[in-house]
Amino acid sequence: MAWIGERDLGTKAVSAAAPAMVTLRIDGQDVTMPEGTSIMRAAALVGTDIPKLCATDTLEAFGSCRLCLVEIEGRAGYPASCTTPVADGMVVRTQTDRLAKLRRGVMELYISDHPLDCLTCSANGDCELQDQAGAVGLRDVRYGYEGLNHLVAEKDESNPYFTFDPAKCIVCSRCVRACDEIQGTFALTIEGSGFASKVAASQDDTFLASECVSCGACVQACPTSALIEKSVIAQGTPDKAVVTTCAYCGVGCTFRAEMRGEQLVRMVPWKDGKANHGHSCVKGRFAWGYANHRDRILKPMIRASVEDPWREVSWDEAIAHTAGEFRRIQAKYGKDSVGGITSSRCTNEETFLVQKLIRQGFGNNNVDTCARVCHSPTGYGLKTTFGTSAGTQDFDSVAHADVIMVIGANPTDGHPVFASRMKQRLREGAKLIVIDPRRIDLVRTPHVAATHHLPLRPGTNVAVLTAIAHVVVTEGLADEAFVRERCDWSEFEDWAAFVAQPQRSPEATEALTGVPAADLRAAARLFATGGNGAIYYGLGVTEHSQGSSTVMAIANLAMATGNIGREGVGVNPLRGQNNVQGACDMGSFPHEYSGYRHVSDAATRAMFERAWGVTLDAEPGLRIPNMLDAATDGTFKALFIQGEDILQSDPNTHHVAAGLAAMECVVVQDLFLNETANYAHVFLPGSTFLEKDGTFTNAERRIQRVRKVMAPLNGYGDWEIVQLVANAIGLDWTYTHPSEIMDEIAALTPTFATVSYEALDRLGSMQWPATEAASEGTPTMHVDQFVRGKGHFVVTDYIPTDEKTGPRFPLLLTTGRILSQYNVGAQTRRTDNIAWHPEDRLEIHPHDAENRGIRDGDWVSLRSRAGETTLRALITERVAPGIVYTTFHHPATQANVITTDYSDWATNCPEYKVTAVQVAISNGPSDWQQTYQAQTERSRRILPEAAE
Amino acid sequence: MSTTDHLVYMANQIARELGSQCRDRPVTATRDHLRQFWDPRMRQAIVAYLDGGGEHLSDTARDAVALLRETAERAD
Repeated sequence: MAWIGERDLGTKAVSAAAPAMVTLRIDGQDVTMPEGTSIMRAAALVGTDIPKLCATDTLEAFGSCRLCLVEIEGRAGYPASCTTPVADGMVVRTQTDRLAKLRRGVMELYISDHPLDCLTCSANGDCELQDQAGAVGLRDVRYGYEGLNHLVAEKDESNPYFTFDPAKCIVCSRCVRACDEIQGTFALTIEGSGFASKVAASQDDTFLASECVSCGACVQACPTSALIEKSVIAQGTPDKAVVTTCAYCGVGCTFRAEMRGEQLVRMVPWKDGKANHGHSCVKGRFAWGYANHRDRILKPMIRASVEDPWREVSWDEAIAHTAGEFRRIQAKYGKDSVGGITSSRCTNEETFLVQKLIRQGFGNNNVDTCARVCHSPTGYGLKTTFGTSAGTQDFDSVAHADVIMVIGANPTDGHPVFASRMKQRLREGAKLIVIDPRRIDLVRTPHVAATHHLPLRPGTNVAVLTAIAHVVVTEGLADEAFVRERCDWSEFEDWAAFVAQPQRSPEATEALTGVPAADLRAAARLFATGGNGAIYYGLGVTEHSQGSSTVMAIANLAMATGNIGREGVGVNPLRGQNNVQGACDMGSFPHEYSGYRHVSDAATRAMFERAWGVTLDAEPGLRIPNMLDAATDGTFKALFIQGEDILQSDPNTHHVAAGLAAMECVVVQDLFLNETANYAHVFLPGSTFLEKDGTFTNAERRIQRVRKVMAPLNGYGDWEIVQLVANAIGLDWTYTHPSEIMDEIAALTPTFATVSYEALDRLGSMQWPATEAASEGTPTMHVDQFVRGKGHFVVTDYIPTDEKTGPRFPLLLTTGRILSQYNVGAQTRRTDNIAWHPEDRLEIHPHDAENRGIRDGDWVSLRSRAGETTLRALITERVAPGIVYTTFHHPATQANVITTDYSDWATNCPEYKVTAVQVAISNGPSDWQQTYQAQTERSRRILPEAAE
Repeated sequence: MSTTDHLVYMANQIARELGSQCRDRPVTATRDHLRQFWDPRMRQAIVAYLDGGGEHLSDTARDAVALLRETAERAD
C-alpha cells in the first residue's frame, strides 16, 4: 500500500501520442476521453471512483477481482470497468442496486477469509480492502468466519525491509504483476489454483532467498498489509509527505519521503517523477537507515597529527582552525599549495560553493571531483565530438529505441530503475546488443535475451567499436544524408577511410579482442539497419587508458549511423553517483568554470571576477592524482574534501595514502569517519540529503529538487558549513537559502539561465540547457544541429594498455558494483542491504579456479604489480576464462590496493577495468589488511569531551 | 613511479593518442592539451625534464614540450 493521499485512477493513461476522442455518458454525465481509456479511469477522471481491488493505475488492467463491475446499456451482463474501454455513445451506470449487491457479495467472500484485526493491523487507515469494504457497504458476512481459510498461514519476515503475511493476502496478483510489468524480474507467481492459490517467491522460497531484488514494487502495489514495510509496522502509518530526490545513483529517482513528525517512516517512489515514474530499487526505497546510524559523527573534531586520537570541538573552533591552517599553509608554501575536492553525493549548490571557495577564496583552480575517477572521459569525449559534456537523451527516450547497445555498463545492478524501463522496451521487441567482458544479467534474464553479446577482452573497447564502424562503412550502412547535413563531411571521409582499413576489420581484430568476427559483423549490421539505435554506456567504457577515445568512438558510431537528435537514439552515459552530472556542470574540474567553460577564457573569467570581486587564476589547477603526486613532491600541503573517500575509491591505495600522509592539513567533511579520514586532521560532520535543501542533476541532465524533511543532526547543512569556512578565511558570503546559490549559478551559467527554485517547483524538474530559447529545458539535445555546430569525427586508433598480463600476473581483473551496495559502501554498508552483499567476492571462472585448486568460498590472495589483498572466491561462468572480477564496496577488501596508476590519456580517469593479477589460495587476510585494520582502529579513537 | 616518470608517461600517452587523432598537427595538439589540462607546476616539471635531456620523451612529446617552452617564453 503506498502513496497516502494520492489518487489512484485504476488503470493507465492511453499511451498513443494523439488518440481519437470518444464521448460517452457515465451516470448521466457526458464525458469525452481518449479512445482506449478504460471506463474505470474515465469515471475516476470525472470524480467517480468505481470500487476496485485488483486494479491500480501503475499496472495493466487484469479484471480478476470482479468488484469494478458496471452496467452498460445494450450490453449483456456486468463487464469489468477496468478492462472495458470507453466507446462513442456508450451509456454507463457505475452504481445500481444490482451492482451494489454483486459487489457486496464479492466483498463478503474476500472478508470471509481475512483477519478482522483492522484496529491492530499495520495498514489500518491505509488499506484498500478496508476502504472498499466501506465503499460497497459491507455490513455482514453471511458465510461466517469458521470455514476453511488462510488465517494461520505463516508470515515470511526474511526480507529485512518488508514482511509478507499470506493471511492478509487477497491474491489479487498486483504484486506479481508489479514484479513482471514494472520491475521485470518475474520473481513472484501465483502458485496453485482455486482455494490453494497463493503468492510465492521463486520456487516457493522465502523472499530473501528468492530472485526478488527487493525493489519494493510489490509492496507498493499491495492493496492490503500482506506486503508492508517493516518501518510502517514499527512506526505506524505516515501522515505527511515531502517530495525529494534519491541520493544514490545517477538515475535520480524522486521519492515521497513519508513522515510522522520529524521521523521518516518510508520512502515511496513518486508516480510523477520524470526519471523513475513511480519505480525504485532496493537502495533508494529502503536503504536510508544510514542517516541515523550510530557511526554517524555529529560533532566537529580536530587533531594535530593523524597518530593522535580525535578531539571533539565546537563548530567555531573547527572552522577557525580550518581557515587558519589553510591560510598558514598558503602563506608558507604559496597559494597553489592547497585545494579541494567536491562531491557528487552533495547538491549542485554545495559543489558550486566548494569550487567557489577554492577559486575565490584560495585563489587557484585546484579543485576536482570524483568524476575524475568515473566519467571525466565522457566530459572530454562528448565535448570534443558534440560540443557539450553530457548525454543526449532523456530516459523516456528508450521507449522509442529499436536497437539498444549496452557497452561496459551493468544497468540492472548499477542503474536498476532505468534498467527496468529498458527491459520493458526489450520485452516489447527492441533488440539488444551487449558489449561486455562479463555475461551481465541483461544478456539473458526472464523474457529478455541479447541478440548479440560480444564478450570482449578488457581493454579492447576501441578496437571493437572501430571494427563495428568498419562494417558500417565498408558495407555501405552509414547514414550519409545525416552525416552530410549534420557533420563535417571531410572529417567523416578521413575517419571512414581510417576505419575501412583492413587491419580494423572484425576478422583482423578478433585475435586481440576475443570477439568472434561473425558475431561482431552481425551486431554492427543490426545496429546500423535496425531502426532507432541507442547507445548506453558506463564505466566499462571510461575507466580505461583509452576511456576518452572510446567515448569518441561511440560518438562517431552514433553520428555515422544517424542516431543523434531525436527520441529513441543517442549517446547515453549512465552516470554513477546521484549528482556526478551536476558536480561536473558546477565547475568542479580544475580547468573549467560552471557550464564547461575553460578558465583561460577571458570573457568567462571576467564575468566571474565581476560577480565575485576578485582576480581569478587563468591557469588550470591540479587533478586529484596530480594533487597526490604534488603532495609527495612537497608542493601540495592541504586538501579540503567534501563527501569523498579517495582512500577507498581511488586507484593504487598505497599511492593515495602516501599523498595524504604528506599533507599538513586534510579536512574531511562527511557523514562518517571514512577511510580517507584516517589521514585527516579536521573532521567536519556532514548532513544527509534528508536534512537540507538543494538540487541534484541526474544522468539525463535533469535538475531536481532535494527537499529538507528534518533538521540536520549535525547542526548545519553542508552548504552552510562551506559558507562558515569561506567567511572564516575572509570572504563575505551571505546566502540564507540554497535557492540563492542557484540564482547565482543561473546568472553565471548560460545553460542554467532559466533555472530557479520557483521554476523547478512549478515544472517538477528541468533538463539543461534551460535558456531563453528553451526556458523549460531540453529533453533531447542536438536536434537541429550539434552544440559545436558540425559533428566532429575523431580518428580513434586502438592503442593497447601498458598494463599487460604475463607469467607472474596471468589474469585480468576488472571491477564493478552490485545492486545492493553503492560505491565505497559508506552508506549501504550501514543499512540492512548488507544482507545481500556482506563482503566483496572474487568472481573466477571454473577453469581458472580448478587450475589453482580453488573451491567456491575459499580465501584467495589477489595480487597485482601495485599490491595484494585477500577475499573469498565465487566460482562462476559469468566471467570468461582469464578474467576475474570483484566489487569495491568493503574497506576490509580494499580492491584498489590492486589497481594501478595507469589512467585515461586525456583525463587521468583511472584504468580500474584492466589490472593484471594472479590469484592463489590463501589462509585469510593479508598482512597489509591486518595492518590497515589496526591503523583504522587507532585512527578512529575519539577522546571523551573535556569537562567545562 | 616518480612524479617525473609519471609526467613523462602521461606526455607520451597524450602524444601517442593525438598523433593518430590529429595527424596533420600532432605536436601543436599535444602542446595545446598540456596547456589546457596541466597545472603550471606540471608543465614546468616536464619542461625541466626536457631541459635535462628528455631521454624518455617520444619524438612528438619532445617537440610538443619544446613548443610549450617556447610558448611560455613568448608569454613571459
